[in-house]
Amino acid sequence: MMLLILLGISLISAIILAFVGDRKFAPEINILGSAVTFLAGLGLAIQVYAQGPIIAGGKFFFVDAFNVYLTVLTSFVSMTTAIFSRRYMRREREHGRIGHKRIRFYHSMFQLFIFAMLLALLTNNVGVLWIAMELATLSTVLLVSLYRTPTAIEAAWKYFILCGVGIAQALFGTVLLYFAAEKVLGEGGEALLWTNLSQVSDKLEPTVLSLAFVFLMVGYGTKVGLVPLHNWLPDAHSEGPTPISAVLSGLLLNIALYALVRCKVLVDGATGTHRAGYIMMGFGLLSILVASFSLLRQKDIKRMFAYSSIEHMGIATFAFGLGGPIATFGALLHMLVHSLTKSSIFFTVGHASQMHSTQEMSRIRGLIKGNPLVGWGLMLGVMAIVGMPPFGVFTSEFLILTATIKDAPLLTPFFLIGLAVAFAALFRRVQPMVSGSAPSSQQSLKAANLPVILHMILVLILGIYMPDFLSKWFHTAVELLK
Amino acid sequence: MNLAAQINSILAALILLTAFGLLVQRRIYGLLHLFAWQGLFLSISTAVVGYTAGAHHLYISSVLTLLLKVLLLPYILYVLIHRLQIHKDVETMLNVPTTMLIGIALVIFSYHLTSPIRELSTLVTRSTLAVALATVMLGLLMMITRRNAVTQIIGFLAMENGLFFAATSATYGMPLVVELGVALDILIAAFIFGIFFFHIRTTFDSLDVEQMNRLKEED
Repeated sequence: MMLLILLGISLISAIILAFVGDRKFAPEINILGSAVTFLAGLGLAIQVYAQGPIIAGGKFFFVDAFNVYLTVLTSFVSMTTAIFSRRYMRREREHGRIGHKRIRFYHSMFQLFIFAMLLALLTNNVGVLWIAMELATLSTVLLVSLYRTPTAIEAAWKYFILCGVGIAQALFGTVLLYFAAEKVLGEGGEALLWTNLSQVSDKLEPTVLSLAFVFLMVGYGTKVGLVPLHNWLPDAHSEGPTPISAVLSGLLLNIALYALVRCKVLVDGATGTHRAGYIMMGFGLLSILVASFSLLRQKDIKRMFAYSSIEHMGIATFAFGLGGPIATFGALLHMLVHSLTKSSIFFTVGHASQMHSTQEMSRIRGLIKGNPLVGWGLMLGVMAIVGMPPFGVFTSEFLILTATIKDAPLLTPFFLIGLAVAFAALFRRVQPMVSGSAPSSQQSLKAANLPVILHMILVLILGIYMPDFLSKWFHTAVELLK
Repeated sequence: MNLAAQINSILAALILLTAFGLLVQRRIYGLLHLFAWQGLFLSISTAVVGYTAGAHHLYISSVLTLLLKVLLLPYILYVLIHRLQIHKDVETMLNVPTTMLIGIALVIFSYHLTSPIRELSTLVTRSTLAVALATVMLGLLMMITRRNAVTQIIGFLAMENGLFFAATSATYGMPLVVELGVALDILIAAFIFGIFFFHIRTTFDSLDVEQMNRLKEED
């Protein structure tokens, strides 16, 4: 029941918003829809906490410790993004960057996107997981090109084509998976259900699954934004409206990684080796290194944080590949804190670039003087994202580092170099933007404060104290992913 | 080898042939016709497999393919091409013989890659899995070598055909809910690229994706 509310609200909101269009209260409906979704997500979480994993809807839905926290996270960040987008989009509208029709489209697609992500998380069917991932891509393609500038259209086209091709590879991987599963579980829909597959994963044909994993890795890896499949990501993040950058970076990448990890569990079970893990470690480490060095060269503020997302997804992928209880725990926590921190950074970045009417970092100055909340929000967000204590990213990166030193000591220097370069690159850029005096061209604006404050408090809490329910879920998830 | 398997092999060969045709066809209507033919072969092949294997849900997939890939999508593309007035365009292309040779190499590679699976499978259709993978690869190659937005989309749809063919040849088709979902996604994608063509056209004055080169890493 809770599941239906959770999925239904976003779908219904999408339809309502398509009719409401550009009325004055459209952003409020958007917020309301996301807030109810979030409440339903919380309700579901409480249910799972009390009763353990849920299988519902004729085995169509499946909720366990791994996807329940991602569900809450997804609905929470979509709610705060909806709050942020109210003021942000209103200003874009007043400055004539978008018109009536596009506001209608924006709100409707935003809700559809949330629906697609939640469906991807909650479904038990590996095939439906693929469909939901594709739907999430399709619903955001036209949002990336919302401003209709040549660069925005180019970015959206790249996103459409590259992710389309990538995800097609994942479908081939899914076909191969079904081919192997059918032999064990028999024909029909049952053979693609994750709950069934995970029980018989040791009976699946290892050669087929190894081949399937290569395709799944390339496919979902494109969506995670792993180097060398990352080309679309900086463009899509920098050209779209900022609320969309926030949800793409904070949520969609997580969901793609979730899909990949679910598949990895099956492959590991079938092959009995650690080969899939090694592949993920390779992609992860390469992403960390390439992205952190690319950070040094960026001039566009949103582009820079897009590369930072690639780096952090690399860290999480690397940690999942490494396996073992500590690394997996760290990776789960990292997905959570990165998502909260990065979306908060994008909120402040959006306001900062509105204040200066540019995304070029060399022209953004004196943010703390201009608007203390935006300035400090950005500063603290960056401190959190580079892994300074006492924020949550420090905890997760520390756990992953410890596990690396223990299980793969030779890779430690590379991992550390990546972190250090990213640290230096981000601080070098952000420090002049927030400090100093404000240029005369800077405009004042009414910033959306609540989302930033909420996110930063949560990241801070997670750095200092781990709530019992969360650590219980993470421990259960670690067991599941072993 | 029984009759059905032979018919299926012929259809697989025809699908591969159309994939190669798409790779080097310069005229936009020519591409459209080839794409529709490919869809038709795919649809017949699905029906034949469904008949021999007694898998009746494949008839639904077959009809779905016929409607979507032989009638609807080519029609949408036809209307778009007509509205955009690009039906007389002839694409300039990279080296045709080289492209063909790369294509052949991809087919051999696909056979090599799927050989362990062929040995495991007991289905009548197993030998066609390599062709399916090759069709996917050739679609990919087409998207890389071509510069026109419409052509890239046709390459993308051809790739989707290959995936569908893989599903029928390796496993007698995916579960129905998955196939319906995939069809829905393709429909939404068709809606989106339709919008896109016009955006690209109004912004860049042509559908040549070479012109989209503003987003580059700055130094």
